[in-house]
Amino acid sequence: MSGSHWIITPIVLPLLAGAMALLLERRSPRGAAAVSIVATLALLGIATRLVAVAADGEVAAYLLGNWRAPFGIALALDRLSALMLLLTALVAVASVMYACGGTGPRGRHDERGPHFHALFQFQLMGLNGAFLTADLFNLFVFFEVLLIASYGLLLHGAGLVRLRASIHYVVFNLTGSALFLIAVSTLYGLTGTLSMADLAQRIPSIPAESAGLLQAAALLLIVVFGVKAAIFPLYFWLTDTYGAATAPVAALFVIMTKVGVYCIARVTTLMFGADAGPASLVVQPWLSWLALATLALAAFGALAAWHLRRLVAYLVLASAGMLLLGVGLGTAGTIAASLFYLVHSTVVAAALFLLVNSMVASRGEAGDAMVPAPLASAGGYGTLYFLLAVAVAGLPPFGGFIGKSMLLAASRSEPLAVGVWAAVLLSSLGIVVALARAGSTVFWKAAPANAMQTAAAQASAPERGALALLVGAACAAVVAAGPIASYTEATAQQLLERKGYIAGVLGAETAPPAWNPRADMEKVK
Amino acid sequence: MEALLALFIGVMAGAGVFLLLRARTFDVVLGMTLLSYAVNVFIFVTGRVAINKPAIIDGVRAASLTQYADPLPQALVLTAIVISFAMTALLLVIALRARAEAASDHVDGEEPAAVDAAEKTS
Repeated sequence: MSGSHWIITPIVLPLLAGAMALLLERRSPRGAAAVSIVATLALLGIATRLVAVAADGEVAAYLLGNWRAPFGIALALDRLSALMLLLTALVAVASVMYACGGTGPRGRHDERGPHFHALFQFQLMGLNGAFLTADLFNLFVFFEVLLIASYGLLLHGAGLVRLRASIHYVVFNLTGSALFLIAVSTLYGLTGTLSMADLAQRIPSIPAESAGLLQAAALLLIVVFGVKAAIFPLYFWLTDTYGAATAPVAALFVIMTKVGVYCIARVTTLMFGADAGPASLVVQPWLSWLALATLALAAFGALAAWHLRRLVAYLVLASAGMLLLGVGLGTAGTIAASLFYLVHSTVVAAALFLLVNSMVASRGEAGDAMVPAPLASAGGYGTLYFLLAVAVAGLPPFGGFIGKSMLLAASRSEPLAVGVWAAVLLSSLGIVVALARAGSTVFWKAAPANAMQTAAAQASAPERGALALLVGAACAAVVAAGPIASYTEATAQQLLERKGYIAGVLGAETAPPAWNPRADMEKVK
Repeated sequence: MEALLALFIGVMAGAGVFLLLRARTFDVVLGMTLLSYAVNVFIFVTGRVAINKPAIIDGVRAASLTQYADPLPQALVLTAIVISFAMTALLLVIALRARAEAASDHVDGEEPAAVDAAEKTS
């Protein structure tokens, strides 16, 4: 795979598609939408190929500008990056399909504000870049790319609620970026490098008198990623933001919390793992406790939520807590369980955001509030809601159940085992109660809708397609649970081994020049 | 000089955080600006403070780090300045739009009337 340009395509393709969408959208909005859909589908294909490439366990590096790491910026593809790319592409396909649907007085979702598809593609570029980069400062840059696109997407469709949510969201994330820069430059000041592989090599040999600075930088970095991952006490932005965003945007944002989880998993295993000298295991004990608190508060939040979108936002928070718990416990078994749960929970949460939006269209003024209101095609939506509720609460037969039981089994011998079992099981119970209450109010107390309301709620073909894709993916994740579990177990092994990543990035050979003008000149002479 | 710079960064960051925590969007934008200044200077000094050391090899002095400043933090700070400037501009646009739509520059988009009334009665 070395020397191949496939690794950089998940970054370049959305960039080009976004630029084309910007140029096209004035003249032909449908053309821009078509470009966006085609690019996202192509991304899904590329991501599938990259997973197949990464599955053999080799860490492939791509040297930008053909400079050797750590002097140039490298991209690296390992099992974890490939998995995240595939998951992002899957959610993105469903989300962009859904955005091209939408009937009723308000029209298509993507035409309720300018630049939807361009911003969507730039967001994908930032996400993919964050998953692929092997350089800490480059990670900051991709964070900014995905954030600035997300600011625009959050405002899509305008309205005061969205403006209010976006002020909080933007200020909070800008402050996070400031902390990120402080952490990154402290690490650079201590080690003289920004390449993550090189940092992993140099951190163990930092003298003891700088241990305090190093630990401060490590913990600051986790604060920054915790903002993105929505860990207690940094999650307050999440429910407002996800509750205010339009459905396709909220579905895509589900993957954004996973960026934080990804970064935490990456730096805690690679740079601040068990053999990191003064910084060894400085983060993990904090992480487990905070994850337990996040889980508990997410369950309380879900119980207290009075709007369906908020309820789903708290479910996203609960899944973030589960994921960070596995990463915080930090053994191969718990990380593998977390990653398995990540695949399942991302898909299901995105599907729930889309479902809630389609469902509430006939409810008029009531919107997504949990009050009795007329509901069109209650049978169909009810069945879907039931399926997704079972899946998201972690009941059998869906993947959430498998993921949670994997985590419980893997954490049996941990000192924190009692806390983990209690938090996971009780939070699941709380979520089941919250979902059951929401479902019984919305479906069983619903009056039959009149003809006008039914017409307003008619889901268009792309909307149905997007929902079917995500529900199908959730079901496929159960059928293919065996292969997925063995993939995530191999991923956890690869993360904890570190050697492969360091050797893959630092040992990557530069490509021989395809055209060497100097040699040609000498030949002429 | 290190002490002076450290003091400067600390005061800027402190003032920035203070302004960030205030309830008006204008103060928040100013706070964000001060914080990003502090961060930019911080990045710059991670390359160590030195006088009379260029970052670009001029061919006159021997090419070693004792003769030259570390160029990487200078490149990083340029990137950080550009990004923070763009982000401040964006924040300003959102703040202005919210001010226009809500007829209030409170960060929550509405005047905290209930709180004021409660304080007056208590």
